[in-house]
Amino acid sequence: MTEAPVVAEVAAASQAPVEAAPVEVPWRHRHLLDLDVLTWPDIERVLVTADAMTEVLARPIAKVPALRGISVTILFYEASTRTRVSFEVAAKNLSADVVNIAAASSSVTKGESLVDTVRTIEALGARMLVMRHDRSGAPYLAAEVFGGSVLNGGDGWHAHPTQGLLDLYTMRAHLPGGSVAGRKVVILGDILHSRVARSNVWSLTAAGADLWLCGPSTLLRGFEAWAARGAAAGRRFQVTSDVDAALRDADVVMALRIQRERMTGGLLPSLREYAARYGLTRERLALARPEAIVMHPGPMNEGVEIAPDVATDPRSVITDQVTNGVAIRMALLYLLAGTLPGRHEPGGAAGR
Amino acid sequence: MTGRRIMTADEIRRAVVRVSHEIVEKHAGTDGLVLVGIQRRGVPLARRLAAAIREHEGAAIPVGALDITFYRDDLSLVAQQPVVKGTDIPFPIDGRTIVLVDDVLYTGRTIRAAMDALVDFGRPEAIRLAVLVDRGHRELPIRADHVGKNVPTSREEIVRVSVEEIDGEDAVTIERVEASVAEPVA
Repeated sequence: MTEAPVVAEVAAASQAPVEAAPVEVPWRHRHLLDLDVLTWPDIERVLVTADAMTEVLARPIAKVPALRGISVTILFYEASTRTRVSFEVAAKNLSADVVNIAAASSSVTKGESLVDTVRTIEALGARMLVMRHDRSGAPYLAAEVFGGSVLNGGDGWHAHPTQGLLDLYTMRAHLPGGSVAGRKVVILGDILHSRVARSNVWSLTAAGADLWLCGPSTLLRGFEAWAARGAAAGRRFQVTSDVDAALRDADVVMALRIQRERMTGGLLPSLREYAARYGLTRERLALARPEAIVMHPGPMNEGVEIAPDVATDPRSVITDQVTNGVAIRMALLYLLAGTLPGRHEPGGAAGR
Repeated sequence: MTGRRIMTADEIRRAVVRVSHEIVEKHAGTDGLVLVGIQRRGVPLARRLAAAIREHEGAAIPVGALDITFYRDDLSLVAQQPVVKGTDIPFPIDGRTIVLVDDVLYTGRTIRAAMDALVDFGRPEAIRLAVLVDRGHRELPIRADHVGKNVPTSREEIVRVSVEEIDGEDAVTIERVEASVAEPVA
């Protein structure tokens, strides 16, 4: 296969949104399954709310009573540390009641179907369901039967919407001017298996970034077609296997984990060859702007997609991504809780 | 603007100056005194009180902003989550006397929420309350220490405070609403 052609030419900042004061649009989404349905004002609302949550996290007592009495169930069918704990901390910081279910130790092992599990969780009082599943689309099925809100904590290769938002939030916090519009953002690595890359495409194109997806052509399959379609819809990004071209003058470089557990035969010659050709090393990073920031959604394979000294470089904001993840998830839990059924009782107007 | 004007810009200015003197008098000075405005219109009012105190006492009083959204007792009742305006209390409150500042005192629920929020920041020596307008109809055992103007109202009326910094003019108006129209979220 030849080098992947650059399909979508980016007119820098052509989609640049007006990053004005918080837009007071009503929040209408009961579930968060992917970012494709969020408008730019929706995303702004999440980011502004996350700012308030960041302030809460800095308090001596980082806990507010906003979700008191609301039961949040966290159901993970796939291994996870940071996302599961991040959701749990976020829900607890909002005073929600949190129930954790690891599918490996639940009735799922006895053959219970996803739909039955979701119905059981609802019957036990859950109003919000945070879910991770190895099958793409599973949270959509859960949302069909669940009476409350479903938050997708990652489904197969498909979507990881809270990661897409926390990455955007982290970039805005570190880029001069607090905007990613027109900034060159490179996502480097195993794009094919990455729900993080897919969700970042939605959030970063909405924000007007000059987005480049880079990796071996075997790990970019399908993205050229998406870039061509996306350009027609005003969602512009580029796809390339030329790592030097991608990194040159980049403002943000995000390395993605090589997902060994999802690799099925022949996509990569070897991890060593991948590291040599696409690993984010200090030498490659020198192509980017001097003040460029380095990101990674974790967990990292140090020495494969990212060199250990790059991961700990002062320009690395990887631990900020983790902290910001809590603020973003608090913001989403808060916003979605506002759409839970049974809230629209009369006489609810606020007293002063 | 519709509605009957019950305070003019001059009257608001005089009320702020009077309340600023009352605050200092009650506290017997300015040591350990801080002002915290409740979002949104309490914040510019707190800044004006601090400016007035600086003018007549020569002391700079710290001013913070408090958003009480996450502490509201009606979050499960309102149809939409309110937009959070942000909290900024960039000073320790332990051992200080906090004067909470808001535009209108009505049911007292906002002040209850504000006190819950403040104690998460530390243990103040005392919390006092200054408001521009007290319109009555308390639902909680809360009273203001300093009041710009007491205004008898009915529950069917809305008291609107406009401030230059947010609304482009200083005014307090009162208007009657149909019972079916819910009061907008404060």
